[in-house]
Amino acid sequence: MRQERNGLARVPGGRKQIARQVVLPFRMSLAISLKSIRVRFLRSMVTVMSLVLAVAFLSFILTGTEVARGVLATGDPQLRLALIDAGYDLSSVAPPPERAAGEAARLGAGPKERWIVLLSLLVCTVGIVNAQLMAVTERFREIGTMKCLGALDRFILRLFLLEAGMQGLAGSVAGAFCGMAGAVMVGLLRYGGAAAAGLGPVGLGRVLGVSVAVGAGLSLLGVVYPAVVAARMRPVEAMRAQE
Amino acid sequence: MAETHNIVRVAGVAKTFTMGAQTVTALRGVDLTIKAGEYLSIMGPSGSGKSTLFNMIGGLDKPSSGKVFIDEVDIAQLDAYELAWLRNRKIGYIFQTFNLIQVMTALENVTLPMTFAGTPQDEAMEKGLELLGLVGLRERHAHKPQELSGGQQQRVAIARSLANTPAIVLADEPTGNLDLTTGEEIIALLKRLSSQRGVTVISATHDYKMLNVSDRVVWIRDGRIDKIEERDQLDISVGAIGTREV
Repeated sequence: MRQERNGLARVPGGRKQIARQVVLPFRMSLAISLKSIRVRFLRSMVTVMSLVLAVAFLSFILTGTEVARGVLATGDPQLRLALIDAGYDLSSVAPPPERAAGEAARLGAGPKERWIVLLSLLVCTVGIVNAQLMAVTERFREIGTMKCLGALDRFILRLFLLEAGMQGLAGSVAGAFCGMAGAVMVGLLRYGGAAAAGLGPVGLGRVLGVSVAVGAGLSLLGVVYPAVVAARMRPVEAMRAQE
Repeated sequence: MAETHNIVRVAGVAKTFTMGAQTVTALRGVDLTIKAGEYLSIMGPSGSGKSTLFNMIGGLDKPSSGKVFIDEVDIAQLDAYELAWLRNRKIGYIFQTFNLIQVMTALENVTLPMTFAGTPQDEAMEKGLELLGLVGLRERHAHKPQELSGGQQQRVAIARSLANTPAIVLADEPTGNLDLTTGEEIIALLKRLSSQRGVTVISATHDYKMLNVSDRVVWIRDGRIDKIEERDQLDISVGAIGTREV
């Protein structure tokens, strides 16, 4: 340790100043990530598309449940049969009014529905992580070069997190709306006008929130691991990786 | 005094790589001292360990044993910040494959190290243009690397290596991917920059054209220094090699 301090004295500025001397302002990081996305637009679109699809599936399932709850709340026995037809676990006779709320809450929370949501999340995760993994791996060389130019590990990390965050947000918002539109359309076809009855801004807002949070969260999660690995690599390894 | 101090000192550096079950020894104990302002070439056939030595000097890789000192500071003792600082300010890198960042223009490539160094944007732009002018590419500053020829890309890389006025420029096979004439141009440019700016240029190469401009040549063979030739000794062997090649 002592030796390290001695060595430091010869580097002008010493430790504290060095930390400040190698910098990448946030504004610059943002500019660089935006440029990366713009220049690699097609590649970026592929990543975003996998996100859109995954999040659309999730949002479709969630909105479908909202629609079903609304339909159930109408109390129409005909629609009740239609719901059972669509695969929801309901008894064919409506329960007494005091138990109707419990039934509605269980709708979409049964083991079958939970499986579907879980499965959709799994599909989301695999798709997103794969896309981000590819996106980082093909840029090892660029990362190595940046490190040779004096970039700190966290500059690299921040660039990738920013990029993934922006892609995640854009992809999940688009995906959430696609999924919602799809679910509402299917609902309208299946249950007619009643499908729209139970859809309020609160329910849809919740679906949007959950889908975007999951999409953006997974996008970041997917990029963290490869980006950390890449950022920690010694430059020479990073540059050899692609050859 | 300042002109003759040792900018790089390599002491007993050895490096082994583990490739699967096999252990490959790339360097078997190399001692070398490089003076500030020198134009030094590390020569040797491929696989001789010269690129490995080059990577050690540049702090891009760590030796298995032995020490590398830059300005008498043991670089193995540096933490991540200090290493980044070293790569950013003290050393400029030039690679065989140019390694420009593809998504950025020539000017942005040159200004990136300055951005990392905290230089204000307009100042960095100005200096970037000046450096591009120095390598004769001022007009092409808005072009992306793929719109430039190999020689032009390498010149951008040279401009980038000089961004933070480093003390050392490390060039790994700078002419390896270039044709004869372009290679000569790059070598002449490196030599000019080294004599004008007093930068220490260290290049790993097996390009004999490099011999003409080197102050000293270190021949590496099988991970060891075979011989070190000074400039005056060199002229004789250059003649010999020249005739052999023709």
